[in-house]
Amino acid sequence: MSGGRLKAGPAVRARARLALIGPGFSYLVVLLVLPLALVIGYSVFQRGRFGGIAYEDGVTGDNFARLADPLYAGVLTDSLRIAGLTTVLALALGYPTAYAITRLPARWRTVALVLVVLPFWTNFLIRTYAWIVLLSSEGVVNSALTGIGVIDRPLELLYTDTAVVVGLLYAYLPLMVLPLYSAIERVDPRLLEASADLGARPVRTFLSVTLPLTLPGVLTGCVFVFVPSLGNFVVPELLGGGRTVMVGNLIRDQFLSARDWPFGSVLALALMAFLVLLLMAQAWAGQRLGGRR
Amino acid sequence: MSPKPALVRIRGVSRRFRDTVALDGVDLDIAAGEFFALLGPSGCGKTTLLRVLAGLEHPDSGTVTLDGRDLLSVPAHRRPVNLMFQSYALFPHMSVERNIAYGLARERLPRAEIRERVAAVLATVGLGTEARRMPHQLSGGQRQRVALARAIVKRPRLLLLDEPLSALDKNVRAEMQLELKRLQHEAGITFLVVTHDQEEAMSLADRIAVLDRGRVLQVDTPVGLYRRPRGRFVAGFVGSNNLFRGRLRASGGLEVPGVGVLPAPVGAEAGATAGAAIVAVRPEGVRLAAADAHGTVGAEAVLSGTVLDVSFHGGSSRIAVTVAGLETPVLVTTSGPATVTAGARVTLSWDADSAVLIETEETTRKVGGETPCDP
Repeated sequence: MSGGRLKAGPAVRARARLALIGPGFSYLVVLLVLPLALVIGYSVFQRGRFGGIAYEDGVTGDNFARLADPLYAGVLTDSLRIAGLTTVLALALGYPTAYAITRLPARWRTVALVLVVLPFWTNFLIRTYAWIVLLSSEGVVNSALTGIGVIDRPLELLYTDTAVVVGLLYAYLPLMVLPLYSAIERVDPRLLEASADLGARPVRTFLSVTLPLTLPGVLTGCVFVFVPSLGNFVVPELLGGGRTVMVGNLIRDQFLSARDWPFGSVLALALMAFLVLLLMAQAWAGQRLGGRR
Repeated sequence: MSPKPALVRIRGVSRRFRDTVALDGVDLDIAAGEFFALLGPSGCGKTTLLRVLAGLEHPDSGTVTLDGRDLLSVPAHRRPVNLMFQSYALFPHMSVERNIAYGLARERLPRAEIRERVAAVLATVGLGTEARRMPHQLSGGQRQRVALARAIVKRPRLLLLDEPLSALDKNVRAEMQLELKRLQHEAGITFLVVTHDQEEAMSLADRIAVLDRGRVLQVDTPVGLYRRPRGRFVAGFVGSNNLFRGRLRASGGLEVPGVGVLPAPVGAEAGATAGAAIVAVRPEGVRLAAADAHGTVGAEAVLSGTVLDVSFHGGSSRIAVTVAGLETPVLVTTSGPATVTAGARVTLSWDADSAVLIETEETTRKVGGETPCDP
């Protein structure tokens, strides 16, 4: 019995747990679970004549059937292509960057990491507008290139898929670098020495030791970049002009312009389902790769 | 010293890290087929020397040759030298088999040969049934054997072992020591082992180099090192020793102020004249007798004191005796259980032959001591 005083009783512990979990949990319920329930609810109704939901018309599966429309399928494949390209480029740029940072002396490592996240200190919208200044036909890049005589006429840089990829890449590159950095930093340098000692050249050591051991980080970085890229609508809107439509734009348009909330909900759910599957695959693969040791 | 020609020749190798000197003009010859040990306290530079030989570290100055050819200009991955890491450094994402095959695959050997050699080495280290397991599924002793197998399967000219047994339990350790020796014998590879454990060095090695603060203090066989330690550091580091500081007398004996004249080798015989000196006597060289009822000291006795502590180690007992005038207790080893208990008055004696002159006024300037000097 005297142990009860040292160790909190079950009732006390349950209350303490509730107090710890409570605030965050209620926040999630109010701001995530409820809206999500609403979206799921909307998806099975029809849109009202002037927007809103026509509950009186009853439940339907038509909204889901519309997903098969080639128009929307095209938007989805375009989105996947752009987000995928962004992810691949982020990996190609981020891995060497992260690798280089791990090789810096300890105090420069911190400085470098701060520099990597520094863009986050400025508003995302403003940073994206800055790219318009850079890429427009009278922008910094074009005037510099024409100025030194590399080109005669300004290049069409803005309002292209490339501009969207550049913008997304710029926005999410830090999310690639950070998990990669922590993965590479965790690799025991003695493993690399052992590899060299056993006769492996540096490239072979990288391919056989460093890369496999950092795959969980690669996976995390790719998901961190791919997921927000796929759903992003600000960058395609500002840098893609009207020409690049991604899933994010489509969803926003359904809610704000077309006033078709049910179909917007279906699109949102489809995107979410796709991303949940992706995250599950990542969790599973990460466990398989990182479960040892 | 060694009859065979040197396989590895190390000359004047120095390495300095910012404000510490890891290696200070190291000269060493290691013969082919030899089991050589680098012994010293942690931070004495022995691991740095190992890394220099493996190619993972570059000395600031000095030369290293292997079979007469310069080794320092060869990158680590092309050296016929393999290192067994203290932490084993097994690749966590590869099975035992693939860990061992890794080095062979780098030599671009045919698959059949790799398979054969991996199987053979696994049998040698007694891990035939663990081939498919991952490193994290193995015990410490098994991992150690995988690390060893991975290094010897390459049949290096020189195998470097960095504290190979330090992570193991005492029991497994003794077993692995025997196994290492057997392997070295079978494989005919030259072994260079680094250890801070003098017992390990003594039981494994043909020859031992004692290092302190980046300098080689003495290179000798285990018996030679034990019998004829050169300098205070070696005398104190290799086995236990009773050190007596005093003045050597021309007529023989060491005069210790406030204690008396202790048996010591005659100065001239030890190559030194009368003067300040340090004499070492092994605990097993000291005879102990109970003082008689009156506390009178026998004719033979040279010291008398009080038993401070007795510890029984199975085959032998170790007795610490406080002697007036000496700072540290005198250690005595007797075979079997001790016949005295703490607090008893005892007398101590030893033969002049059991005492070793390890430092004289002249040698203090030459070897060891706190005064740094040019090699």
